[in-house]
Amino acid sequence: MAKILAYIESKENKFKNSAFETISEAKRLSGILGCDFASLVISNQSADELKVLGDYGPEEIFHLNLDEMNSIKGGNIKYSYSAIAKAVSEFAKQNGFTIILFSGTGFGKALSPAVSILTDSALISDITGINVNDGIISATKPVYAGKAFAEIKVNSANVVLSLRPNVFKAEKTDSNNAKVTDITSASLNLSANDFSAVVTEVVLSQGKIDVAEADKIVSGGRGLKGPDNFHLIEELASVIGAATGTSRAVVDAGWRPHSEQVGQTGKTVSPGLYIACGISGAIQHLAGMSSSKCIVAINKDKDAPIFQVADYGIIGDLFEVLPVLKEEFKKVL
Amino acid sequence: MKIAVCVSLVPDSTTKVKIGSSGKSIDENGVTFILNPYDEYAVEEAVQLKEKSGAETYAISFGSDRSKEAIKKAYQMGIEKGILIKANSDDYDSYTVAKNLADALNELKPDLIFFGKQSIDFDGMAIPGMVATLLNLPFVNVVTKLDVNRNEVTAEREIEGGKEIIVSALPAIIGAQKGLNNPRYPNLKSIMASKSKPIEEKNSTYSGNKTEVISMNLPPAKGKGKILENGAESAAELVKLLRDEAKII
Ligand SMILES: Cc1cc2nc3c(=O)[nH]c(=O)nc-3n(C[C@H](O)[C@H](O)[C@H](O)COP(=O)(O)OP(=O)(O)OC[C@H]3O[C@@H](n4cnc5c(N)ncnc54)[C@H](O)[C@@H]3O)c2cc1C
Repeated sequence: MAKILAYIESKENKFKNSAFETISEAKRLSGILGCDFASLVISNQSADELKVLGDYGPEEIFHLNLDEMNSIKGGNIKYSYSAIAKAVSEFAKQNGFTIILFSGTGFGKALSPAVSILTDSALISDITGINVNDGIISATKPVYAGKAFAEIKVNSANVVLSLRPNVFKAEKTDSNNAKVTDITSASLNLSANDFSAVVTEVVLSQGKIDVAEADKIVSGGRGLKGPDNFHLIEELASVIGAATGTSRAVVDAGWRPHSEQVGQTGKTVSPGLYIACGISGAIQHLAGMSSSKCIVAINKDKDAPIFQVADYGIIGDLFEVLPVLKEEFKKVL
Repeated sequence: MKIAVCVSLVPDSTTKVKIGSSGKSIDENGVTFILNPYDEYAVEEAVQLKEKSGAETYAISFGSDRSKEAIKKAYQMGIEKGILIKANSDDYDSYTVAKNLADALNELKPDLIFFGKQSIDFDGMAIPGMVATLLNLPFVNVVTKLDVNRNEVTAEREIEGGKEIIVSALPAIIGAQKGLNNPRYPNLKSIMASKSKPIEEKNSTYSGNKTEVISMNLPPAKGKGKILENGAESAAELVKLLRDEAKII
């Protein structure tokens, strides 16, 4: 009998939207398979803080206290991926979970391969859909940087899936019957040896939305002409609450950091809105953003390939368009 | 010190993907294959460590004969020895690749193992973590900075909106991300020298996929977009469309 576990990521004791997407998908899948599902969180949150997860459907929320877990190793550590992978795997095995869902965030993508080995599961990562045919699970996965989609069938009793953020729907349910159950690391047979690599420090750039997680992105390319003009991109982004992205040509020129690069050798994004300004739409750039729900292109070259994937666009000089566009957005927001 | 770099051969990033006649993979006709771009950072890091403190360096690839090209490119960049694990068929999933690499690495027993953070074909980001877990070794992926000491490494791992500092014992597995270094361009001499360098061949030790591609499709074609032609004068109309039609603002 199948049984689904949603591993819920809690960063700095907060849930991201991708966590709710993962729970909602676990709930949907459990409905189709007619099986149970639960969620597992490893964090320092209180039962009340955890109960918000119940808004999305799980009745059973299992919680392992992160500080208690880290005390096995001792010293100054934030967390250890290997120890968390071991904890999730042990918990799944002890409780008969056969399907484990992760959010396909950096965290989820680091944990899921390890968990797939420890639970003897098939692994399909960064998926955009889950299908069930005659009880057999398959997943849709973008391949070749989104230039194609593979439908991949699971040939194993157990499976680990990581879900691309911003693709699955987070859906609230009518009632919250969540029950929080604490588990201990002793019950999961954790030992200091499981902490083979440890995170000693996390450095976050304050107040910026990361492109990989943003629901709206304003990207600027080489058409911006130089690093000093990116205030045009930043201002528009701040008006509509978007993250800023860029092309590789700009990163290679040293105008913007690599963390903002969208594309085949940068980040793959699927926001609700992607505004590309002065970006030609090279195949490697399109690969990273063509699954965005709504694409807007601003480019002075009417033949720029970016217009072929654009839902909306303006042919024009971005130095003239962007200041006006910002004001127009301000009027309605 | 012994350093191994696991390398793979992938379609060039400019490839226009067409679906092959099986309906389960891409049409490889006319496709150029290259060393996976992220593997270049892995190879470069290994070669720099060798140049700095001396090391035996290996490039290992699992795949068909064609994968020798990936090892050759690693040779050109300065890797000394190469091992090809020959796949029994073209149908292998990340689990099978990981098992074969783990078996070979278990024999070789390197102190440090590099991978590219992911390969740009299936973009799974799966194999480095699987191999590490199979070998029970510590592992850090998406690494943009690495300090190797006697029996410990400190790595910076890129995460959403920042970075983590991770300390790991050796042996360890490191997945390289852009930013780790600047991969060198091979010079003519190293290209010539790599041609005659032998590659050790090994038989595959495992073939039991856990997943199977049942179909591959191109993304649905997009309808024609609404492209406005009046520059800044079109800004108001664009906002209206995003608000009333796309309902996104
Ligand atoms: C292995 C490999 C991997 C790669 N990976 C990536 C990747 O991950 N991401 C990525 O982005 N690229 C990637 N590339 C690079 C890619 O091929 C392109 O070179 C790059 O995307 C181009 O960036 P761009 O659109 O900013 O610049 P350009 O191609 O130079 O385009 C600039 C655009 O700005 C427009 N423009 C200029 N001035 C104005 C103006 N005043 N107003 C309006 N429009 C204007 C021009 O019409 C043009 O369309 C990769 C390449 C390789 C070989």
